[in-house]
Amino acid sequence: MAVTSDTIAVPVSSKAARFRVCATTGLRIDLSAQTLIKWNAVAGIVFLAIGGLLGLSVALTRWPAVHLLPAEWFYLALTAHGLDVLLLWIIFFEIAVLYFAGAVLLGSRLAAPRVAWAAFALMLIGGLTTNVAVLQGGSSVMFTSYVPMPAAPHFYLGLVLFAVGALIAVGVFFGTLVIAREERTYQGSIPLVTFGALTAGIIAVFTLASGAIILIPTFLWSVGIVNAIDPLMYKLIWWGMGHSSQQINVSAHVAIWYAIAAIVLGAKPLSEKVSRMAFLLYILFLQLASAHHLLVEPALSSEWKIFNTSYAMYLAVLGSMIHGMTVPGSIEAAQRAKGLNRGLFEWLRKAPWGNPAFAGMFLSLVMFGFLGGISGVVMGTEQINLIMHNTLYVPGHFHGTVVAGTTLAFMAITYLLIPLIFQREVRFPRMARWQPYIFAIGVSGISLFMMGAGTLGVPRRHWDITFADAAFKFDFPDTAYLMLGLNGIFALCAALGGLMYVIIAVASVFFGKRIEEAPVRAGAKPTTAPMGAAVGTYGSAGTLHVPGTIVLVGIFFTAFVLYYFVNWKYLAEVWALR
Amino acid sequence: MAISPPAEHIWWHQPIHREELIWIIVAFLWGLVMFFMMIYWHAFGQQNLSNETYRITPEAFAAKTQAMIDSYQVRDDNGIPVVKPPAGGDVYLMGRVWMWYPHLELEKGQSYRLHLSSLDYQHGFSLQPVNINLQVQPGYEMVLTLTPGAAGEYGVVCNEYCGLGHHLMVGKIYVVER
Repeated sequence: MAVTSDTIAVPVSSKAARFRVCATTGLRIDLSAQTLIKWNAVAGIVFLAIGGLLGLSVALTRWPAVHLLPAEWFYLALTAHGLDVLLLWIIFFEIAVLYFAGAVLLGSRLAAPRVAWAAFALMLIGGLTTNVAVLQGGSSVMFTSYVPMPAAPHFYLGLVLFAVGALIAVGVFFGTLVIAREERTYQGSIPLVTFGALTAGIIAVFTLASGAIILIPTFLWSVGIVNAIDPLMYKLIWWGMGHSSQQINVSAHVAIWYAIAAIVLGAKPLSEKVSRMAFLLYILFLQLASAHHLLVEPALSSEWKIFNTSYAMYLAVLGSMIHGMTVPGSIEAAQRAKGLNRGLFEWLRKAPWGNPAFAGMFLSLVMFGFLGGISGVVMGTEQINLIMHNTLYVPGHFHGTVVAGTTLAFMAITYLLIPLIFQREVRFPRMARWQPYIFAIGVSGISLFMMGAGTLGVPRRHWDITFADAAFKFDFPDTAYLMLGLNGIFALCAALGGLMYVIIAVASVFFGKRIEEAPVRAGAKPTTAPMGAAVGTYGSAGTLHVPGTIVLVGIFFTAFVLYYFVNWKYLAEVWALR
Repeated sequence: MAISPPAEHIWWHQPIHREELIWIIVAFLWGLVMFFMMIYWHAFGQQNLSNETYRITPEAFAAKTQAMIDSYQVRDDNGIPVVKPPAGGDVYLMGRVWMWYPHLELEKGQSYRLHLSSLDYQHGFSLQPVNINLQVQPGYEMVLTLTPGAAGEYGVVCNEYCGLGHHLMVGKIYVVER
């Protein structure tokens, strides 16, 4: 980035950056990074509140006994729900995480804060523009906006502005890493959490560039400059953004798992090499996932589908399965080192379940694996996709990844960011204790019952499966209606959990008790020693076993294998097709 | 800790925890099993997608569909023609806002070359309660060989959002005994 190389050329400018030293963690925090983290996180939470409410209205419409919204409003709300939570909430919060992992964890100043503000403004303007386009009613084209169904030009324009803004913000993060290295604010290699954030950043470049590459011509098509956009090409490149952006989420929330385990329990990775190589697998293979959306598409060969949908022989799945073992493994090692050594699971029983940061993190880990992970791999199998494509199984799967996994992890880290970055105490601590559980129960219900309805063939993005106004009807089984009713009930539970989170976050940020501030210093002296060196070397190879974690991953693996082959069995019962 | 630089400057030199190594090997082998399972199914399974696709204009596809209707229509369902093409032959089904056109009558256990395309937006061919789901694209004619497994009345629900009448789009396939 030209901007950052300018600032590096004049290291003197670092003196201009103002730092404070966090009284509890000793972290050296650049004040401009702190303000940017605050605003990006707050913007994300606002979009979460709006998008979550829209999601509730969608679930209540799907509940046949309630059928809340009229058709036109349902499709509008569903479009805005996807936009606000899947894109805006998550990317805004991710930018906050990148600035945190870059500037705060490395004790560095943020590269080019003014550029970071410009990026924030672009993202906000873009997000609002697209929201306005949707609310005006002419752009209920769903979040995916498949051509040739047209949306208003400013629908695409807003998305392009947002993607460009987010790309610039990622550039600021990269610049910060360069500055931290040049100014030697840390020794040796970057921390694992920053490494994970860097993974997210690299994937984000691919992702956001894909979005811009396809949405710019689509914008030109919507204003009449380009004649036609091939619908298959659109889909292939659009999902280079749409699915790969979920891989930014995975990298970011895995980094957060490691961060919370480290901050709350002092956990140390079992081995840095394994965890880092697992992140590297994400960079190398996750981008092939566009194929997950193209498995029952015409014109693409089976060879192409098999190679891409499996991330080249499931190498990115391997990455997630490694993290799924090393994160609980590092927690077990840390807990055992504290003497919680009895039996297989004392370390887990006596974990700080009353701490919402830890509870949210661990629930996110378990649910991401069992709900989102397994279902994603099964659905992404070339032939099995035939019995799942575009059914409610698809949103069931991704509510297991993006809501149970990413959103819950982001909520969990918020409980640490409030004291650390906002310098406020968390308000309503008793409500905060319960929040992750209520949200997790709600989301697991949403995910499971949508998957269940999808298995029965219920279509996604569908206003009325009773087909009351249709010329011809199809009767879905009663179980499908039951599933949709339960989905509605659990959506209420998840919405309650989401509301609690928003109330706690907003009340803490604006009305929380201020935490005593350490004096602000200009160009404070960088930390030189690796932090946490005192934690020691437990967890290093061969010195400690993690039998509890082995049992946990064994349960996971068994469930995975069984569910995988059960679905082949279901497929084998379908009409012959070739 | 994961939030501070690793104790060893060159983290690559850290040995791998033995339990981690076992899990990595298990997970990697499982990945290979899942990968080769898809290839195995192409060789021995009965449910695979064909790779046969042609570019086509909506007008040309509509003309081919109409030609089939003219030859093989047997009755109509409230104005939608029901077509019974000869077993083993070509069957055309087109999606358009917001109907599947025409309705089909097929024989159980016979194979048909099913041609799918859309006249306007993307649609989703979702055969229920069998639960076969295919994407239907404008400009592309997908051809696959389908063998109905049981007699009965089946619904073709649209499961790709195609506009405000998306939920009105239901077609019919009737499967009769030979």
